Amino acid sequence: MSTLVIAEHDNNSIKPATLNTVAAAQAMGADVDILIAGADCAAAGTAAAAVAGVRKVLVADNAAYAHQLAENLALLIAELGADYDNILAPSTANGKNYLPRVAALLDVGQISDIISVESADTFKRPIYAGNIIATVQSSDAKKVITVRTTAFDGVADSGGSATIEAVDAAHDAGISSFISEEVAVSERPELTAADVIISGGRGMQNGENFAMLEAIADKLGAAVGASRAAVDAGFVPNDMQVGQTGKIVAPDLYIAVGISGAIQHLAGMKDSKVIVAINKDPDAPIFQVADYGLVADLFTAVPELDAAL
Amino acid sequence: MKVLVAVKRVVDYNVKVRAKADGTGADLNNVKMAINPFCEIAIEEAVRLKEAGVATEVIAVSIGDKSCQEQIRTALALGADRGIQVETDGSPEPLVVAKLLKGVIAKEEPQLVILGKQSIDGDNNQTGQMLGALTNMPQGTFASEIKVEGDKLNVTREIDGGLQTIALNLPAIVTTDLRLNEPRYASLPNIMKAKKKQLDVYTPADLGVEPSAHLTTVKVEPPAERQAGIIVESVEQLVDKLKNEAKVIS
Repeated sequence: MSTLVIAEHDNNSIKPATLNTVAAAQAMGADVDILIAGADCAAAGTAAAAVAGVRKVLVADNAAYAHQLAENLALLIAELGADYDNILAPSTANGKNYLPRVAALLDVGQISDIISVESADTFKRPIYAGNIIATVQSSDAKKVITVRTTAFDGVADSGGSATIEAVDAAHDAGISSFISEEVAVSERPELTAADVIISGGRGMQNGENFAMLEAIADKLGAAVGASRAAVDAGFVPNDMQVGQTGKIVAPDLYIAVGISGAIQHLAGMKDSKVIVAINKDPDAPIFQVADYGLVADLFTAVPELDAAL
Repeated sequence: MKVLVAVKRVVDYNVKVRAKADGTGADLNNVKMAINPFCEIAIEEAVRLKEAGVATEVIAVSIGDKSCQEQIRTALALGADRGIQVETDGSPEPLVVAKLLKGVIAKEEPQLVILGKQSIDGDNNQTGQMLGALTNMPQGTFASEIKVEGDKLNVTREIDGGLQTIALNLPAIVTTDLRLNEPRYASLPNIMKAKKKQLDVYTPADLGVEPSAHLTTVKVEPPAERQAGIIVESVEQLVDKLKNEAKVIS
């Protein structure tokens, strides 16, 4: 039995999501190999070889994989996947993009967003915004799976000594091309990797007021998130959205400010270790999941919190 | 160009769905059903393309039992020109849905297929990508902006940390994200008109598809409940608790 983990990386290093996915792969009990598909990605390959408990790292270094275009990646992964029993990718925007395409090429179902491995063919995954946890069993010979990274503690990124093998396969489907990328440059940690997150909701009233949260974030080394209500209202961009259809996070500390706590938002953050809610409405559902609730006007409480830190 | 839009009938997003006590499935007795929010965005985008003179015809397709005709009618009221229902028992898995949609594409030959990025019941986020693989069409998933540029489609996509813009050869597949547009409401006259629009019904056999099952739900259960916390009186007390009790800040 063997499992291929598709790495999330930036060509130079591997992202933490890769380590969580390797943990899920190891829970399935088979040998674990990692695929680095990118361009000029040898350094990421070296980093992957150091990951604890990995047998082999496949490095597919080709311009066709430079921007992780799903059409090209899927052809590569489907070809390499022929030799594996399981193919796992993190449930990141990237993994969600290419992996279902791989599953369809292999004519198997995909099991999305698993949160636990019950056995080699049985997994738990949330449905209905996390209001229900389903235990599902796959009857496909090959399992194609995305992993909810917050549900698995990442393996160590050192101590391993996997062999590195170059993959020559160059798949350019020729039907899509990269134009540009605008990635927010921030000194703050990424939402999905942050130990502390402070999020704002509709109660923030406008985008400018998020500066108050940013000030606290900088003191705590935190990332800034938002509820769908705040995104829909145009306060902040969609990549800050925490929730069922946004990012799923589970930091050590989650501070929800002016967020009422719609089920879609709770689905994205309720696995956080400690939740703090600041809201002036004592009946807001967010208080039902908060470890520490403060019923107060955020425009008074947030500056006070900033001063107290 | 002809645009095909897939719509799914799901539990309304305001309903808090619970697991049945016997663990066999979600309790969907008497709950309000609606068009999946991301599918609504997909319809809106197609209708806007038609209003802009880019699309010539918008076809709404749904897969399911007869009740999903209600959501097709909603799509027609929002501006789609005609509807197609593929009659199945219950809700097939994403791979089967993709195969059925491939069958519809073979009949209709649309230049653009727009789907929601995920449905809020199964939360799978698979169908559009799978359809791309089966039809060898390129995919612009999690789209926040689309623009037809000659024989290509430029798609701006929501990615972790920002936005990516890619160019796709047509025909292409797009899956919608939240920021793509804000769907309109159907007007009463349009709801009345929608009742008269053409709606064809196919069986999977008509499309040459034999529905298959890849996943079995063994059981369902409610998620682990969080212990209720405490209400603090002041910011000072909150900071003290975070430092000394929870020890999450220093």
